[in-house]
Amino acid sequence: MRLELDDDQRALQASVRALCAEHFPLERTRTWTDRDSFDRRAWRTLAELGTFVMTRSADEGGAELATVDAGLVYQVLGAELVPGPLVAAALASDLIDEVGTGQLLATVVERPADGQPAVLRHLGLVDVVLVLDAAGIWRVEPADVDARPVTSPLDPTTPVWLATRLPQGERVGDAALAARWRQRGDVLTSALLAGIAVKVIEVAVAYAAQREQFGRVIGGFQAVKHLLADGFARAEVARAAVDAAAVTIDEPGGGPDGTAAARAVAGARVVAARAAVANSKTAIQVHGGMGFTWEATPHLYLKRAWLEENVFTTPDEAAELVARTLTAGEAA
Amino acid sequence: MRLRDSESDSRFRKEVRAWLAGAVSDLGPAPADVDDWAARRAYDRRWQSRLQDAGFAGIDWPRAYGGRGATPTEHLIFLEESAAAGAPDLGVFFVSQLHAGPTLIAEGTERQRAFHLPKILAGESVWCQGFSEPGAGSDLAGLRTRAVRDGDEYVITGSKIWTSFAFVADYCELLVRTDPAAPRHRGISWLIMPMDAPGIDVRPLRTIEGESEFAEMYLDEVRVPAENLVGAENDGWRVAMVTFSFERGTAFVRELLDAMSLARGLAAIARRVPRGTATAWDDPGIRRDIGTVAAELDALWALTKRNVSRAEGDGTDGGGPVPVAGGSAFKLSYAEALHHLGEVTMRVLDRYAISLDDLAGAVDLPLGRHLQGQLHAFAISIAAGTSQIQRNILAERVLGLPKER
Repeated sequence: MRLELDDDQRALQASVRALCAEHFPLERTRTWTDRDSFDRRAWRTLAELGTFVMTRSADEGGAELATVDAGLVYQVLGAELVPGPLVAAALASDLIDEVGTGQLLATVVERPADGQPAVLRHLGLVDVVLVLDAAGIWRVEPADVDARPVTSPLDPTTPVWLATRLPQGERVGDAALAARWRQRGDVLTSALLAGIAVKVIEVAVAYAAQREQFGRVIGGFQAVKHLLADGFARAEVARAAVDAAAVTIDEPGGGPDGTAAARAVAGARVVAARAAVANSKTAIQVHGGMGFTWEATPHLYLKRAWLEENVFTTPDEAAELVARTLTAGEAA
Repeated sequence: MRLRDSESDSRFRKEVRAWLAGAVSDLGPAPADVDDWAARRAYDRRWQSRLQDAGFAGIDWPRAYGGRGATPTEHLIFLEESAAAGAPDLGVFFVSQLHAGPTLIAEGTERQRAFHLPKILAGESVWCQGFSEPGAGSDLAGLRTRAVRDGDEYVITGSKIWTSFAFVADYCELLVRTDPAAPRHRGISWLIMPMDAPGIDVRPLRTIEGESEFAEMYLDEVRVPAENLVGAENDGWRVAMVTFSFERGTAFVRELLDAMSLARGLAAIARRVPRGTATAWDDPGIRRDIGTVAAELDALWALTKRNVSRAEGDGTDGGGPVPVAGGSAFKLSYAEALHHLGEVTMRVLDRYAISLDDLAGAVDLPLGRHLQGQLHAFAISIAAGTSQIQRNILAERVLGLPKER
């Protein structure tokens, strides 16, 4: 057992963080709201680092790293609020090499039950839509999707579309691959959320350490300190859970059918989603009036967290999954 | 990172599991009366003797002092397997094993070590903790119990509170003020006080759980040999911090594993608690609540493994204490999770949340330990540094925010 980052993993995170600071500074990415404004060159730079193909074999252009390494990188991408279809890129690169290299963008969506509308993120940006259902993975051309954009998206840096129905498309992956995508999608999304949970407290601590009221910095008041300490603890717990889940799916019996992996992945989903949302709210509160402004950054973390928590398995669904593992083996 | 055991850890786990299966099987049940201290002591000692005979006593202590010298990971495996086997926890030896022993190893004299460590390992001596006072709880450095030097003795007068195991203790780790004129933190000393010394009056304090594990302790001119000083005179605050560093390490691992077992038990109970025409389990809100709290406990198990990995360092120096950030984050989050588990328990049991013992008869529910656990959550959020103190520690020592004073 060893559940702590090693020097290579810290270096990997540092290099991704440095790339994000150069190519995805928040003051720029917050205006990347559509196809015209989205910086595809920055995206390709991120792809060229191997971000989306980390876990693929060397033959396939990957770095043969573990899921946990991908999770560590996605924690940084979450922390830096990198826009774009990040998780979809890591999944779709299994099937489409050009997605891995950043030349093409893809979005992944679960096919809703009959008659229910589908939520597609980044539809106007992507070159391919991949639809998951019980039978497998289906490739659909974006132009064939009858969808309308949401005019005031909750997360201003994640454009979303509503489609009344999705075309069947061409089958490009089997049900087993779809199940693995859901599992990896859950872990990587949880990693984005854990990254938000960590970063947003750093942002709030930095603010509390310099903002003065009553003649002293507000970070000296227990009412503020305790909010931040709670946030720090939530983030520590969340990233430990996410790393453990990622490790679990790489170890023997860690496939989508394994109970231990299912529980670890679902549990991380619950904890990371809550940490990201709660910590973002803490950051807005600590920023006071500034936190309530559009110009300040904390609301961007909260809105991203709100959006990401409902992608793939939602926290409610995940909690139910965890509960069911507690009584596994008993009659239903 | 990896969660599976290394080859040597896997061998160790098999060895522990095999031994536990046999050792637990004929141990017999723990004393039914929690206030029967003689029986509790005898039971815990029987288990400690078995641990010692098998070479598991002082599992994480250095070999030079009679311990096994296990790595932090092996220690964790031992605790995990012990919980799974239903083996006894430290019981009345909590203070001697987790506080006194490690503190003497770090700060004691050779003579103190030679005298006390073998007794602690054999389960022959029980220690209690004499740190808190009626006027010095979270503000421990405000303690006022005086120790005045008289020849080669200290004469001690004052009072202590929350003195767990005082009724069965042979020794007390005692914090006293030896220099009232010095700044608060610099006039404190750490003493070993034999509990049979004249002038000690121990009175029981019943807790909200119904037990009398706590005590008040009044000290009236108690004479303790000066050689019982641990560390230098007036350096006791630093020694106390060393003591705490052991407590904030793996002290709550067994607790957490037992709480995870409570969550599983709660799911089973939910399937039996009547609700309308069905059971509590048929309510999706209840299932989500149980799943959420189980996820919180699982996440704390992951954080425990992270903390242990950090304590292990690169594996070359036998491991150190769990760093403050992880220790306090764990303590704080664990307290929150236990209170959450308590709230979910109340919702599951609903109108049957009525008894600290198991219910039998018309409604047959093994709910006793679940409601006890709900009360026990307060022990975790108050003892060993309240949640508010943990938040101060995190904010000041980890996040670098200004100190309170």
